[in-house]
Amino acid sequence: MKILVCITHVPDTTSKIQFTANNTKFDPTGVQFIIGPYDDYALARAVELRDQTGGTLTALNVGEAETEPTLRKALAIGADDAIRVNSFPKDSFFVAKQIAQVAKEGSYDLILMGRESIDFNGGMVHGMVGELLGMPSFSPVMKLELEGTTVKMAREIEGGKEQLEAQLPLIAGCQEPIAEWKIPNMRGIMSARTKPLVVVEPTSQETQAEASSFQLPPAKGSVKLVDKDQVSELVRLLKNEAKVL
Amino acid sequence: MSILVYVEQAAGKIKKTSLEAVSYAFALAQKTGEGSVVAIALGTIDSQELASVGEAGAAKVLHASDERLNAGVIQAHATAVAQAFQAVGANTLILAKSSLGDAVAARLAIKLDAGLVSNVVELPRLEGGFVVKRSIYTGKAFADTTITTSKKILAIKKNAVDQKIDGAKAQVEEFAVTISATDFASKITATERATGEVLLPEADIVVSGGRGMKGPENWGMIEELAHTLGAATGCSKPVSDIGWRPHHEHVGQTGVKVAPTLYIAVGISGAIQHLAGVNSSKCIVVINKDPEAPFFKAADYGIVGDAFEVVPQLTAALKAAQ
Ligand SMILES: Cc1cc2nc3c(=O)[nH]c(=O)nc-3n(C[C@H](O)[C@H](O)[C@H](O)COP(=O)(O)OP(=O)(O)OC[C@H]3O[C@@H](n4cnc5c(N)ncnc54)[C@H](O)[C@@H]3O)c2cc1C
Repeated sequence: MKILVCITHVPDTTSKIQFTANNTKFDPTGVQFIIGPYDDYALARAVELRDQTGGTLTALNVGEAETEPTLRKALAIGADDAIRVNSFPKDSFFVAKQIAQVAKEGSYDLILMGRESIDFNGGMVHGMVGELLGMPSFSPVMKLELEGTTVKMAREIEGGKEQLEAQLPLIAGCQEPIAEWKIPNMRGIMSARTKPLVVVEPTSQETQAEASSFQLPPAKGSVKLVDKDQVSELVRLLKNEAKVL
Repeated sequence: MSILVYVEQAAGKIKKTSLEAVSYAFALAQKTGEGSVVAIALGTIDSQELASVGEAGAAKVLHASDERLNAGVIQAHATAVAQAFQAVGANTLILAKSSLGDAVAARLAIKLDAGLVSNVVELPRLEGGFVVKRSIYTGKAFADTTITTSKKILAIKKNAVDQKIDGAKAQVEEFAVTISATDFASKITATERATGEVLLPEADIVVSGGRGMKGPENWGMIEELAHTLGAATGCSKPVSDIGWRPHHEHVGQTGVKVAPTLYIAVGISGAIQHLAGVNSSKCIVVINKDPEAPFFKAADYGIVGDAFEVVPQLTAALKAAQ
């Protein structure tokens, strides 16, 4: 069983988002980068499945050299080796093409990733990779169990979930509660330093929808407090001032 | 040149978010001044329901009535929509962002060689290319994105345009699709869906409870407030992690992103990860006993007080005002 887990390198969820260069570039000043929280769920489940099946687990990131600490963290958490496709991830299509190429060469049985990255929130890469490879793709997957080559999954839908059965090979975009986030231990951190991390160049430069400039939402005005003994005043404000009732 | 809209159904009813997508397509057609809006609907839906898609702006509805499409089998839906796209000679596909919509759109981007942008928040600008504004960093910023392909797919966020409603009826046509057995190879073995409630991602008003509610036994007052408002109920992540509420109610960075006109947060501290899921709301009301709770900084209106006293009073005041 060969498992590929795709990892994004994204700002920590508490980051203040800012842009530079006349609002055309993300400003990384003071930002801490992490494994995307959804990818972290995918990685945690991938480690469990690798241990269960005795297979191998490769972590993949499409990114420039600065993402290597994030890939090393994936190795510390339990991936056996890592691949970095050496390019800025220009858009979902570009990233999907690189992942599909790596996946084709490595003939993986199972490809896991987060349901979406938390920077661009596209949630499209898994489906694109699926179509590029002619494999089924599922997202957002909140449970994934292996029974031979049959994969039993639960996929979240609006207001509930769907139970699914499909055959390997397949692709899943993961979210909680598929597994609990894993924290690397000391032995993991030590061994991560010497695990192989291969850098490959992108095989295609094609893009379809690149972001050209950024904006921040308008600043929020200050809150209007209503006395707790005047609750009907809140109802009046919502009706007459905010006009939302 | 037509604009195609993929409309989703739930139990034979066209989803409200899909009707918004039709209205978006209608506004886009008016803006570009070219062509009409055609919708594609899949599975068993009665013809009156289909004709009503006209109210939102579709001139025609193609209906692939194959009952195997009642379930949201991702690959089969993608194939059916691709065939409709070719058949009407469309250049743009519009759909509402949803669990199934996202999964289908991504496959279609490759099938149709179409540039795809998700989380679109307004109509595109057409000067100097096709520029779409999308929400990024989980609502903390926006990006102008230029689609460079001739075919385009836009997955629309809720409230991107107002839903158009007029008396128009769409012309309904049966549409024959050819879908291979491989596209149906994955099986949906069961579907569990909350019934009779307002669905959280589609709701215009949301009432959410956090850890300040102390326990699942206290959710009655949240539900009653929601019921009075015709609202959906949501919760913070720890609340669904401990199992007080089902996972599909979890709002925030790692849960459902909502965009209602009114969001009422009760006993939620307002951690940045929770705010990421609610910052597209038009109006936010916070009820929290701690005046220092960070949520007040993101709120339009607030009451500092004990939820167990304030919520029943608010429900009563709303009932009195109705
Ligand atoms: C990577 C990551 C992702 C995350 N994603 C999410 C997410 O998607 N959604 C999410 O919600 N969280 C998320 N979190 C967790 C988040 O950081 C907070 O821990 C969580 O939102 C807190 O939930 P809470 O406000 O219900 O609980 P608490 O922080 O415990 O707040 C409870 C609040 O209730 C108030 N209170 C208590 N009693 C009363 C009373 N009687 N009346 C009125 N008010 C009362 C308190 O003053 C307090 O403000 C994430 C965290 C991380 C690290």
